[in-house]
Amino acid sequence: MSTEHDHSSHEAEPDPRLEKRLSPEQTQALEARVKAIESLLITKGLVSADTLKKLAETYEHDLGPMNGAKVVARAWVNPAYKQQLLTNATAAIGELGFGGLQGEHMVVVENTPQVHNIVVCTLCSCYPWPVLGLPPTWYKSAPYRSRTVIDPRSVLREFGVELADSVEVRVWDSSAEIRYMVLPERPPDTEHMGEEELAKLVTRDAMIGVARVKVNR
Amino acid sequence: MNGVHDMGGMTCFGPIVCEENEPIFHAPWERRVFAMAMLAMGQVDTLDAFRHAVERMDPLHYLSSTYYEHWLAALEALAVEKGILAEEELTTGVPTSASSSARTPLPPEAIPAIVQHGAPCSRETGRVVPRFKPGDHVVARNLNPSGHTRLPRYVRGKRGVIDRVHGTFVYPDTNAHGSGEQPQPLYSVRFAAAELWGPTAAGRDSLYIDLWEDYLENAE
Repeated sequence: MSTEHDHSSHEAEPDPRLEKRLSPEQTQALEARVKAIESLLITKGLVSADTLKKLAETYEHDLGPMNGAKVVARAWVNPAYKQQLLTNATAAIGELGFGGLQGEHMVVVENTPQVHNIVVCTLCSCYPWPVLGLPPTWYKSAPYRSRTVIDPRSVLREFGVELADSVEVRVWDSSAEIRYMVLPERPPDTEHMGEEELAKLVTRDAMIGVARVKVNR
Repeated sequence: MNGVHDMGGMTCFGPIVCEENEPIFHAPWERRVFAMAMLAMGQVDTLDAFRHAVERMDPLHYLSSTYYEHWLAALEALAVEKGILAEEELTTGVPTSASSSARTPLPPEAIPAIVQHGAPCSRETGRVVPRFKPGDHVVARNLNPSGHTRLPRYVRGKRGVIDRVHGTFVYPDTNAHGSGEQPQPLYSVRFAAAELWGPTAAGRDSLYIDLWEDYLENAE
């Protein structure tokens, strides 16, 4: 998967006020506290160690943006599927076998030369897990959550996306249980590519709306 | 609640810092907290109550802690409030009482079905007849509840247009406080950027946000 984001602005010094690196001592304290709570919950019969492990593994390995990439690639090659995706996203995504927790009510929004969509959750971290997996830390952090709604173009610029004034930026604040995914524009010179090859181009960031899809050289 | 979590429109937080090729969990404790919160939450309280428990964190702690520390704080608070765990048990790790009922935890085989089915929030009961339709001009009410709400401050009092009727959904403002699901119509409402932010906003841009019917009023 491409990691060719133009994050030149990210090489700037992180704001020290927001430095969230835990010290080894803090991490150790958290490990101890969390282990204690886990053993309490297991002792009281609320959870079992095997089930906790299975759940964590599901989200660490089985779900991720490769799912959403398949949805995007299909929409690019199949106009009927794309139409269904834009009018009944939950069903269309379900056809590829994806759905469930934090994706029960999906809406897909399409990027065009005139409209650029970007998704955020200002109040917490809502994100379409079945198609994108768990969100990256930046999506859940104060700078993105706060600024995307008021100045999306500055956010996009930090991610290396410049938009003309003639383009309309639409910000989607995921305030309810509707989960949003962006259908990015298909890059040029990809007419020869099949669905599988196209899916490999689609990045998580493009489906959040902070990147365009590019063809790797 | 007018908390620091309601941060849409703040511009003081500096640049967006991305960790390249970030792992899903940075440390074992994060993985444990994720799994525990997910599994225990359904037995402890609603998702809305969980979100509100995060919102009730000490604001300085909220802003200065990592993401899964928020989940840990919420899990601990709800577990204690609901009598699942005692405060002293959290610090010692030693149970002071047995579980009040004989519980059988979910087996690992139950996970795929739970993940695949999810927890839909749409309902066929409650207020199922929408008051508004696409194209209607509405204004977000100036509500400032002390409890949980999903109406952010940056939208209150602002004028928008109904873009889509999503259907009838569980209402978080009541569901977070044990006052029931009270399902009601949910709408996607479009706001012009200039309406929200004034003259510095890019003229062509817009924002869409999902708002429950009780958050909205007819615009004159």
